[in-house]
Amino acid sequence: MLWRNTRRKFVNYFMFSMTGLCALVTVGVLFFILGYLVWNGGSSLSWAFLTHLPTPVGERGGGMANAIVGSAKLLLLASAFGIPIGFLGGVYLAEFGGRAFPFVVRYTADLLNGVPSIVMGIFAYTIVVLPMKHFSTFAGGLALGVMMIPIAVRTTEEALRTVPLVLREGALALGASKWKTIATVVVPAARKGIVTGIILDIARVAGETAPLLFTAFSNRFWSPGWNQPTASLPVMVYTYAISPYDDWHKQAWAAGLVLLTLVLVANVAAKLFVSGRTAH
Amino acid sequence: MTTSEAGGAALVNQEGRPAQSLGGTVAADDVKMRVSGLDFYYGPKQTLFGVNLQVLTNRITALIGPSGCGKSTFLRTLNRMYETVPHARAEGEILFDNEDLLAMDPVALRRRVGMVFQRPNPFPKSIFDNIAYGLRVNGSHGGAALKEKVEKSLRRAALWDEVKDQLHKSAYALSGGQQQRLCIARALAVDPEVLLLDEPCSALDPIATAKIEELLYSLQDQCTLIIVTHNMQQAARVADFTGFFLLGKLIEYNKTEIIFKTPAKKETEDYITGRFG
Repeated sequence: MLWRNTRRKFVNYFMFSMTGLCALVTVGVLFFILGYLVWNGGSSLSWAFLTHLPTPVGERGGGMANAIVGSAKLLLLASAFGIPIGFLGGVYLAEFGGRAFPFVVRYTADLLNGVPSIVMGIFAYTIVVLPMKHFSTFAGGLALGVMMIPIAVRTTEEALRTVPLVLREGALALGASKWKTIATVVVPAARKGIVTGIILDIARVAGETAPLLFTAFSNRFWSPGWNQPTASLPVMVYTYAISPYDDWHKQAWAAGLVLLTLVLVANVAAKLFVSGRTAH
Repeated sequence: MTTSEAGGAALVNQEGRPAQSLGGTVAADDVKMRVSGLDFYYGPKQTLFGVNLQVLTNRITALIGPSGCGKSTFLRTLNRMYETVPHARAEGEILFDNEDLLAMDPVALRRRVGMVFQRPNPFPKSIFDNIAYGLRVNGSHGGAALKEKVEKSLRRAALWDEVKDQLHKSAYALSGGQQQRLCIARALAVDPEVLLLDEPCSALDPIATAKIEELLYSLQDQCTLIIVTHNMQQAARVADFTGFFLLGKLIEYNKTEIIFKTPAKKETEDYITGRFG
């Protein structure tokens, strides 16, 4: 009896330690990456890095202004394309779905979410780049936009499902039509969850490299308009990191740091915006 | 006032106004809603059986009965709110001002028949926007008229003095009782002819409950009220007429006084005296 008690206590203590240790590793990995980025990239980060074009090999200095703008344009295009489709699809699933069709949509969205990003790149390459016969911001934005749809659908659906039935009934009881109820009560009530999900969605595709390699390609110069190949931060990180030059490696770290910072800033700004609005 | 008596069972109360009993009918002018032979089904499961009942204009009607007896379901047929539940259907006839209620456009119907729910359900908006919601849905575009209407509704719900300086604060900042009065004000803002209340005080403390009851009493000149309640004292205090539901059937319907003092059915008496339910 005594032995069994001791054993139980030991197992209990052991399992507790294991879960705590794994939690610590999770947090540790994130902080290690952050610290390593700042350590390696921080020294190459300068005003010039943010405002200048890349310099040719061997020449010191230069920056990635074109890649920063390029990434912003790609994300803007991807969001303009992926968010409305994903959002409205999610509204349909949560509010209008019957049985069979929503099941198919949900299942397809999950499958789409699991499609490797490089396959998404080939898709955009085939339907946009080949017919147009050149790489472009447009093709890259489309590839990223398609990748955004499944997460936008599912996070919107889940956020809307958390809105209590009594709120919907309250609006319907006042003579609001179903669409009006959704637009003026349900979606505003779920705003926080929807915005958070969509920010995470943007953050996820912001770091995608594979689909951009043969859609947006890359560019050493500015890329005006939407119809030319463009540089982007993840592709720059990739190109510079596999190069044999030391100062390019440092610039790759700096580009990684800029990418992470932009994503974090967007994330915090969106959350502040949402919590500020719900105070009323 | 003419009273056509069927089966000699109609009643006349002290003021000489016609009341009604199970078999009775009264002058058409005085009947706001006339329910006959109402059956209700959730899928294959029948939950209401042949309900007959007449709701009189500008009176308070209370519906009592144990949990699951169908009184809330009945209330939800009167504004067709049951339609949000898939496979729910009502059969029979409900005349609302002599119009077939079950054939009306539900959105148009709900603008005339308001509802207050068991738990306060203010929208996550400001106090002002909560009250203005129904008006805006009905096409009001703001301005002085809207402000005036919001104030009037809050006054009718006896909430104006408590919130007049914080109209633009979130409705969630109010206490539970205030939230429920806000929901009543929100329903009143669109000037409904009938107001349905589904256990409006069950989530409130006795003081908040007393305020709501006072409010209901003051509303009866302007609006026909139908209240579902678990609280028999509440029915006795506020209602002119009371209906007792049991297992999906309307067992007895009469003047409140009669239901509580000299019920005709044994089931009613057993419930009133606390022998079950």
